[in-house]
Amino acid sequence: MFRTSLTTNLILIGLLVVLAALPPFLGIYYGNLVTRLMILGIFAMSLDLLIGFTGLVSFGHAAFFGLSGYILGILMMDTETASIYWVLPACLGVTALASLVIGWFSVRTSGIYFIMITLAFAQMLFYFFNENTALGGSDGMFIFAKPTLAIGSWNPIDLEDHHTFYYVVLVSLILSYLGLRRLLNAPFGQVIQGIRTNEDRTRALGFATRRYKLVSFIIAGTLAGFAGFLEAMHTSIISPAHLGWHESGNVMMTVILGGIGTLHGPVLGAFAFGFLHDWLQDVTQHPTLYMGIFVIAVVLFLPRGIAGLPADIARWLRRKPPGDGGSPP
Amino acid sequence: MSEPLLTTERLGKQFGALRAVFGVSLEFEPGVVHAIIGPNGAGKTTLINLLSGNLLPSDGRIHYRGQDITGMSPDRISQLGVGRSFQKTNIFPTFTCFENCWLAAQSRRPSSMRFFRPARRLADVEARALGALETCGLGERRDTLAAEMSYGEQRQLEIGMMLATEPDLLLLDEPLAGMGSEEATQVIGLLRRLAEEHTLILIEHDMDAVFAIADLITVMVNGEVLETGSVEQIRNSAEVQQAYLGVEEDEV
Repeated sequence: MFRTSLTTNLILIGLLVVLAALPPFLGIYYGNLVTRLMILGIFAMSLDLLIGFTGLVSFGHAAFFGLSGYILGILMMDTETASIYWVLPACLGVTALASLVIGWFSVRTSGIYFIMITLAFAQMLFYFFNENTALGGSDGMFIFAKPTLAIGSWNPIDLEDHHTFYYVVLVSLILSYLGLRRLLNAPFGQVIQGIRTNEDRTRALGFATRRYKLVSFIIAGTLAGFAGFLEAMHTSIISPAHLGWHESGNVMMTVILGGIGTLHGPVLGAFAFGFLHDWLQDVTQHPTLYMGIFVIAVVLFLPRGIAGLPADIARWLRRKPPGDGGSPP
Repeated sequence: MSEPLLTTERLGKQFGALRAVFGVSLEFEPGVVHAIIGPNGAGKTTLINLLSGNLLPSDGRIHYRGQDITGMSPDRISQLGVGRSFQKTNIFPTFTCFENCWLAAQSRRPSSMRFFRPARRLADVEARALGALETCGLGERRDTLAAEMSYGEQRQLEIGMMLATEPDLLLLDEPLAGMGSEEATQVIGLLRRLAEEHTLILIEHDMDAVFAIADLITVMVNGEVLETGSVEQIRNSAEVQQAYLGVEEDEV
């Protein structure tokens, strides 16, 4: 069951304060990087809802991330400005519909077959956009303008401003986290955590488990779509790479590194992954090689990911042997 | 005689060439403790799995309260008021005792598609979960992780979870399996109390327990029903002695 200790909550609040105070010291490059990592944090949390809390290992989660970005790109193609009040619902609506269709087929399978079918659907979308010359083919498309929050001539929040956008993303991250927490403690969250732990038993107790898995899949897909929407707005470009298996693999790695089934872990994972990659690019010709070594080291020595680090340190200090091989507490 | 709660008509289950259950026609009366005994491989657990919807029958029909439930999914059968416990302990090991019973109790809400209000505010679910914990004798263990309890306690929890779903008919697959004699005595007492308000279908190898609790006994051999009768009838049946009880004595 989802539990957070007081210590964890305090650490998280501390990190939030740091994130909120940071922008004036970041400069443009790091401001953009941190913005991007917060977006990836939302994306990774949405996958954690599936992997860590429903027991559904999706290897095609980027499909929803990229699809939402493409919808934004298509809607902004022939227009200079568009109101976010209908663009965002359109992006989320299409993503929710896509996750309903893909999920409807996928939750009928389990284990390795679920991994393969989600991957197959994502690759179908990848090739659809990759071969579609009207949408820029493999180069993707530029998004020249961001949708605006303006009502008439009054614009409360200017999304074109880097600083402002940073805070919009930060607030999105906080709301996504709190919303998912709420969800996990609600009746629905209790059922999906039962499914993750023991699906047969959950069904025997009288829950139509497939329906709950499908709804979880839709929620996770839509949240990934929200992250994709922010990402496309942020980078002003959307390409097939955003929904390829490489992206799906990266976000899965982020969840595993950060700590499966912890919710905040995947956000920490996104930051660790992102900063390490950024640093390695400066100091070596082969950042991917060292990233690989890092991933192996984390999996071997931190079976509960970065989120499990405080507990692991506490245990080392008490000189007890490390954990029992990875199941979250 | 009153209307039967559950009936099976020529129920059968075939696994490839193996006839695990064949031509089983039984009636289970309300309020009765009906034990099913038989040697290993007689098809007892398969029969329970057919009744609970975990297996699809190859032949025959199942009626519960007059309604045809053949081929229904386990969750729908559970919602009709049929609870079951499993032969191999089947609980949520990373949940506390209370959380195990909580989820079971929550299944009786009209819907758990509720996404915002904290589940712990549902007072009716809490009352049911705590009641089930008390009844199965784990009231003191409410915040212990299920994985950290003794095997016998886990078996008790298994029954507690079933009770939290407020069933009318209990399908119990070897509730005493692997228990020490002290724990077994405790669970036999629990089953006796449950029998006062529920209908029980009980698979059990412990003959003393069966003779102590059961009103009716059905003997199965090789997937078929050999005989159904009262405890006395079964004890004294020459056929049963030969097919089942006798064999065990020879082995000893």
